[in-house]
Amino acid sequence: MPDKETREQKVFRLSRRKALKSLAAAAGALALPGKDASASFWESFFQKNFRELRKDELQKILARMEREYSAQYGKPVKVKATPPREGVQYGYALDLSRCIGCRRCVYGCVKENNQSRDPQIHWIRVLQLNKEKGVDLEEAEQYYNPAKVPEPGHFYMPVQCHMCKNPPCTKVCPVQATWTESDGLVVVDYNWCIGCRYCMAACPYGARHFNWKKPGLPAAELNPDTHILGNRPRPVGVVEKCTFCIQRTRENPGRYPACVEACPVGARKFGNLLDPDSEIRYIIENKRVFILKEDLNTQPKFFYFYAT
Amino acid sequence: MKMIWEFFKGTLVLVFRGSKAYYAWVLGLLLLMAAGAAAYVYQIQAGLIVTAMRDQVSWGFYISNFTFLVGVAAAAVLLVIPAYVYHWKPIKEIAVLGEMLAVSAMVMCLLFVTVDIGRPERFWHLIPKIGILNFPQSLLAWDVVVLNTYLVLNLVIAVFILYNLYHRREPNKSFTTPLILFSIPAAVSIHTVTAFLYNGLGARPFWNASILAPRFLASAFCSGPAFMIMLFQVIRKYTKTEIKDEAIFKVAELIAYSMFLNLFLLGAEVFKEYYSDTIHLAPMKYLFQGLHGHSSLVPYIWTAMIFNVTAFILFLIPKTRENFVTLNIGCVLIFIGVYIEKGMGLVIPGLAPDVLGEIYDYSPTGIEFLVTIGIWATGLFVYTMLLRVAIPILNGDFHVGEDGVTPVIADQMFILQRPESRG
Ligand code: SF4
Ligand code: SF4
Repeated sequence: MPDKETREQKVFRLSRRKALKSLAAAAGALALPGKDASASFWESFFQKNFRELRKDELQKILARMEREYSAQYGKPVKVKATPPREGVQYGYALDLSRCIGCRRCVYGCVKENNQSRDPQIHWIRVLQLNKEKGVDLEEAEQYYNPAKVPEPGHFYMPVQCHMCKNPPCTKVCPVQATWTESDGLVVVDYNWCIGCRYCMAACPYGARHFNWKKPGLPAAELNPDTHILGNRPRPVGVVEKCTFCIQRTRENPGRYPACVEACPVGARKFGNLLDPDSEIRYIIENKRVFILKEDLNTQPKFFYFYAT
Repeated sequence: MKMIWEFFKGTLVLVFRGSKAYYAWVLGLLLLMAAGAAAYVYQIQAGLIVTAMRDQVSWGFYISNFTFLVGVAAAAVLLVIPAYVYHWKPIKEIAVLGEMLAVSAMVMCLLFVTVDIGRPERFWHLIPKIGILNFPQSLLAWDVVVLNTYLVLNLVIAVFILYNLYHRREPNKSFTTPLILFSIPAAVSIHTVTAFLYNGLGARPFWNASILAPRFLASAFCSGPAFMIMLFQVIRKYTKTEIKDEAIFKVAELIAYSMFLNLFLLGAEVFKEYYSDTIHLAPMKYLFQGLHGHSSLVPYIWTAMIFNVTAFILFLIPKTRENFVTLNIGCVLIFIGVYIEKGMGLVIPGLAPDVLGEIYDYSPTGIEFLVTIGIWATGLFVYTMLLRVAIPILNGDFHVGEDGVTPVIADQMFILQRPESRG
């Protein structure tokens, strides 16, 4: 069921609500000692799946998160839940003939999306490939470290979530903690994910990352402009991934993802696939475009192309 | 109600009594369980970072053990078939022992999954109606359903049979027979679903081979019965239960066929990958030869291969099959061989090299070992407790008294020393 439908109709099973209520009551009893301190713990413990929240429930949750994050990081933190826009399908294109492998996109993304600095989590991985061998992942090197890029004889291929139209990752999730929004963004509910990592095994692009440890995010480096399904600080033990900067791209007017802005050579293009006049449509229609692992039928909305 | 309560009290009395050997065994298990629990508490506090798993190899030792044990659980019950076919005399005993082994293995499986997930306190998200079980889309959801059904099914069968025998009446056949027969497809299904869990991932060529589910079943048919053979010998040596040699040899014969099938299917897969030599060969190369200088799995898989082939030969030749020394060696070899092959040898090459060609050499940390040992100890503990009650019932040493309410306990020691084993 598309998420919009669920959200608007508030489809919701009564028995479930009742069960949740009695669970909450039981939890209340458990929480007796130190009532105040644990209140928000239980609130988040019993939080429903994002897609089943009523408007008022969502508002309450956003307020609670803002309160908690602000206290924790010592500065005002905004948590938005900007919904998808009508008539938009986000698409991404990456010019392989331009990318120089400098990895500014990687660090731009880390900064924008509050990824853990210790241990480091990178939503974008840049592969160094051999010009002679072409796109042969077995020959790919992610940990190249020369004094200067690009290195002769090599080209670079950044990989991040491909926002598959037929995503194997959401299909396998046993609790529907991850799904595709109506604008094509594949998102994770960090409060619902149980951390089984089945989605990681299913993703053909290595786009999903697990919080093996409590994310190390220094307060000074926190980007306080966050989205509940995007770059808000993540808890330990859950999976996270690129969201095409949901907190930026869903704004009105929408902003480019951080990686697009960070790229010094303009190799990254982003736009609305449904808009016939958009740059991304021009690229798809006029350039030599290819899809990574096309044979897997994941139907990505992330395209590689050669402009020259 | 009163009768059930008295029965329950009787079982409690039983598990607290036994010979010195029994106490030592149980105490040892409890210590290992405590060590495992402590390691798990540490893991909960620090996060899964204390394991050697990382984004590249996101499943490891825990899920390997899980996969292997699903096979053991399935096979234990599948033994019921030969028991029926060969008219194994104490059929009910064999069935009950198998069902109980399945119960213990299932408990271990569920524990392995629990210790593997990042947010175990959110298990309720998996409960239909309260949480959201992504059924029938997610194979993991299927697994949750079939594993729990299987656990309950076996528990019901075992308890029902035992409770009736305790009351000195034949268990109602029209209740047990359908359930036992149903447990056969259920056993096949738990293993098939677990195979499909891996099988359905297009991103992982090593798992994405249609031969995987049959291979799972074939290898389970080796490891489960091998364990049962050893178990039968222990049980008949140290308790009053009688199990005929002939029966054990039949099981061994069955293992020989299964091992043949297992090796044959493996050969078919190796042929396909090596001869066609596509990019999908990489994981298999990583497993059997090492890839780009990474060869941590190679010694293990060859150990497994040698063990499996040796055991196959031992079980094939009637002379070695019917000699208890070689038979037991074969059982041990098979158990270890399949443990490696269907554990780490299956899970890790699926994940390394990873989808972007990176090879991360995974090998479990001390914490992972401790937690794993703790879970194995828990499984053995559960099985011991089940046997502690079941064996006296099967022997007639634990039954209801004249009044139909108070239990009579004739067997105090549980593990008895037979005259011949004293010298
Ligand atoms: S790239 Fe991976 S994480 Fe992204 S939608 Fe596709 S399968 Fe899911
Ligand atoms: S790790 Fe989280 S998002 Fe991924 S499949 Fe498991 S529950 Fe779903």
